[in-house]
Amino acid sequence: MGNKQTVFTHEQLEAYQDNPFRQRIAQVFSEDGDGHMTLNNFLDMFSVMSEMAPRDLKAYYAFKIYDFNNDDYICTWDLEQTVTKLTRGELSAEEVALVCEKVLDEADGDHDGRLSLEDFQNMILRAPDFLSTFHIRI
Amino acid sequence: MSHQSKRLEEEARGGARGRARSGSPRTGDRLGRRPSSKRPPPGRRGSPPGQQERARGSPRPGSPRRKQTERRSRRGELRGQEPRATERTYEGKQKRDGRASLREQRAPPKKEKEVLKKEEPWTRPKKPRSSSLASSISGKESLSEEELARILEQVEEKKKLIATMRSKPWPMAKKLAELKWVKFKRDFDNFKTQCIPWEMKIKGIESHFGSSVASYFIFLRWMYGVNLVLFCLIFGLVIIPEVLMGMPYGSIPRKTVPRAEQEKAMDFSVLWDFEGYVKYSALFYGYYNNQRTIGWLRYRLPMAYFMVGVSVFGYSLVIVIRSMANNTQGSTSDGESDNFTFSFKMFTSWDYLIGNSETADSKYAAITTSFKESIVDEQESNKEENVHLTRFLRVLANFLIICCLCGSGYLIYFVVKRSQEFSKKQNVSWYERNEVEIVMSLLGMFCPPLFETIAALENYHPRIGLKWQLGRIFALFLGNLYTFLLALMDDVHLKLSKEEKIKNITHWTLLNYYNSSGWNESVPRPPLHPADVPRGSCWETAVGIEFMRLTVSDMLVTYITILLGDFLRACFVRFMNYCWCWDLEAGFPSYAEFDISGNVLGLIFNQGMIWMGSFYAPGLVGINVLRLLTSMYFQCWAVMSSNVPHERVFKASRSNSFYMGLLLLVLFLSLLPVAYTIMTLPPSFDCGPFSGKYRMYDVLQETIENDFPTFLGKIFAFLANPGLIIPAILLMFLAIYYLNSVSKSLSRANAQLKKKIQALREVEKSHKSVKGRATASDSGDTPKSSSKNATKEDTTPHSASQSQIPDEKARGSGTVPPASRHLPISQPPGVRPGSGHPRSQTRACRSASGRKAQRPPC
Repeated sequence: MGNKQTVFTHEQLEAYQDNPFRQRIAQVFSEDGDGHMTLNNFLDMFSVMSEMAPRDLKAYYAFKIYDFNNDDYICTWDLEQTVTKLTRGELSAEEVALVCEKVLDEADGDHDGRLSLEDFQNMILRAPDFLSTFHIRI
Repeated sequence: MSHQSKRLEEEARGGARGRARSGSPRTGDRLGRRPSSKRPPPGRRGSPPGQQERARGSPRPGSPRRKQTERRSRRGELRGQEPRATERTYEGKQKRDGRASLREQRAPPKKEKEVLKKEEPWTRPKKPRSSSLASSISGKESLSEEELARILEQVEEKKKLIATMRSKPWPMAKKLAELKWVKFKRDFDNFKTQCIPWEMKIKGIESHFGSSVASYFIFLRWMYGVNLVLFCLIFGLVIIPEVLMGMPYGSIPRKTVPRAEQEKAMDFSVLWDFEGYVKYSALFYGYYNNQRTIGWLRYRLPMAYFMVGVSVFGYSLVIVIRSMANNTQGSTSDGESDNFTFSFKMFTSWDYLIGNSETADSKYAAITTSFKESIVDEQESNKEENVHLTRFLRVLANFLIICCLCGSGYLIYFVVKRSQEFSKKQNVSWYERNEVEIVMSLLGMFCPPLFETIAALENYHPRIGLKWQLGRIFALFLGNLYTFLLALMDDVHLKLSKEEKIKNITHWTLLNYYNSSGWNESVPRPPLHPADVPRGSCWETAVGIEFMRLTVSDMLVTYITILLGDFLRACFVRFMNYCWCWDLEAGFPSYAEFDISGNVLGLIFNQGMIWMGSFYAPGLVGINVLRLLTSMYFQCWAVMSSNVPHERVFKASRSNSFYMGLLLLVLFLSLLPVAYTIMTLPPSFDCGPFSGKYRMYDVLQETIENDFPTFLGKIFAFLANPGLIIPAILLMFLAIYYLNSVSKSLSRANAQLKKKIQALREVEKSHKSVKGRATASDSGDTPKSSSKNATKEDTTPHSASQSQIPDEKARGSGTVPPASRHLPISQPPGVRPGSGHPRSQTRACRSASGRKAQRPPC
């Protein structure tokens, strides 16, 4: 990119500015967890998001992306964040709450009020279009 | 501090050893010992400084190899002791855990903690400084995970390659050659991917419009491939031999333009209607001679013509079924999507391929709408109202639509009848000649929106409504097509009935010519000029011409619709928006959306017509190839320039098999008329490769009798016996029934197994959660939990980590486990890990308990 940078800030990854999870992607794949990626992290990101990456790998990283507070569980707060980002705040508070409740109903296998990695994997590996939407083509 | 960190950085990068440091003599010592620390045997783990250096060396980004060797050396021994795992990766867990354990051990000595703290600035300059180790652990873990995963993959690949190499007792040169071969294959595969036509165009469309619009273009490209193969088949086996080795133009009556038509034969309007010179060319059935063998190769043209016609259908059938099978294999075969609607909407609805802000905007809107829809569905499923009214409305809507369909069918029939009358009189205007095609195209343009408006009465869920709409449009096109065919058949029968008369006329004309007076009998009479011989009306060529005309007019109508409906509309909206009362872009008419289903159905039906017409007009497939080529470029341009992304972006995954199913249905339906005409109608007496035969399939009989050895003839005669064919058909029915019942029972067994797995999983989970709640911080259960964990998929590294906890506790590494005891078991959900502290506490708590379920709620 002209200047011999080895670390790119997430502001520089402009191509995905429309992606609601752009900050999360940057955080998950960066070295310091704060969104600063080296070339290796960048390559990692593309390797996971490519078409050839296996489902389990993608599911694992998807889980990390959707886990906003990095506590290895997708709890209600994470779900609310996801919905708000996906709809850009267009849904009302009750609708958001209803959606999160339904998701927990559907996917929470161990009934602890949040999704663990297994619950998530269980659910996402059944999605017919997970592979086709969770990939970035170069 | 920063000074020191800079020094540390320099040291790390440059690898300078033993540089004395003013701030902390200890640090200097440790750094000084660095060279030796890399080589010590595993047993020296007990010395904190050495480990610290090693550990310090690891998170450096610029030295992956050192890390690798360090990790490798430690992989074996450190597996035995492990705190917890916060994040799981594929295979790198042990290494991470190894380093983490080192950190845990370093915890007690305070000075080392300080050094660690000082270390942090250059490893993670922006991470909030915390005195706890866990945050640094997490940082370094996330730091190395991806690298670990990547490096491991590379290592595995190389290992495999080297293993295969090693296992074979080859000389070095051969091994090198083999590796070069692998590289060559990979390069060739890359090259092949680059050769796929139109890939960049389709990618561009995909990023702007989403995967559903791109699926139409992928379907178009696939059709183009199929048509290309069919064209090569027909061109190579039928057209080229006739042109090269058959009799040239003008030698026999069927290949010559009749005298009466000759003056107008070159006019463009005549050529455009596929009359004149085009009609008497290799593009149509009537041109082909019925000679049994032609040329020096003794190529059996009539036989080839027949077999190519049959194999066109055979190849198409095979390719469509194979594509359908691939589609069904690709998608997972459980219909459990109903159970996970909201989850799938939340986690898989965003299409990461979108790179355009307009598309992204409409995608956001689509997601919002789909959430709202599902919410409404959910709320509606709880209440039921007025079933009778909806039922009545639906019946009414279906009745109206059936009326429309019948009306359109009758209209087509009427118009075709009228065109037959027109063809009898002279001076037909352009409109009268093309009335049928115009009416059919107009119906195809106006009826679908009409159906949509009527369907608003039905109040279906949009997905179901779309399927009804597609079914109705399909019925419309089918009805039109079959009415068209029926009218065509009337025409054919008419021509056939006139054949007897013309045969007589021809016979008498020839007789008169040869017996007329005024010629010197000693010189043999020249044969009658082919242009003067009275010609029968060749019904096969007439049918071929009809299909050609229909294809061409359909193509023109499509292009004109795109130009007017999409492009001009877009220009109008763009340029007139400044001087118009209302906002053209937001309200009516706004930009057009790409009509995926309409276009796909149009493509499918056109292909059906090609299949029907290709037996009578071998050139039709070539025209179709040209048409698909121009369509591809034209529609790509039109989509990018004048369409906007859909408001409701529908997913492409499941619709593909629906379109393939439609294509298969159309294939069968287009096979029927051709088979009927081959079996029941007699071929024309003076044109085509089967002229003079009783039925077209007689060519098979003749070939078997004359060209194959006699025993084969007997075998075929035996096989064609109805007494053998009917039992064979019955046997096939039985086989279908049996296979169907087998597949049903297998899918039932599949469902039961799934239920069992589900139940087992839930039982396990409830067990674990019960156990976890019962014993909060009891480490005595770790063996049980680790054994339980071992039954799960990706828990092998995890169990290793779990079993290391008691060891760690036994060593009593200070601050971490006691902290967990003080941690309240349940935290309010509102506690967010804003600072590193609660997070580290949770992490520590997790490590202490050693059980996955044993985690305080976030």
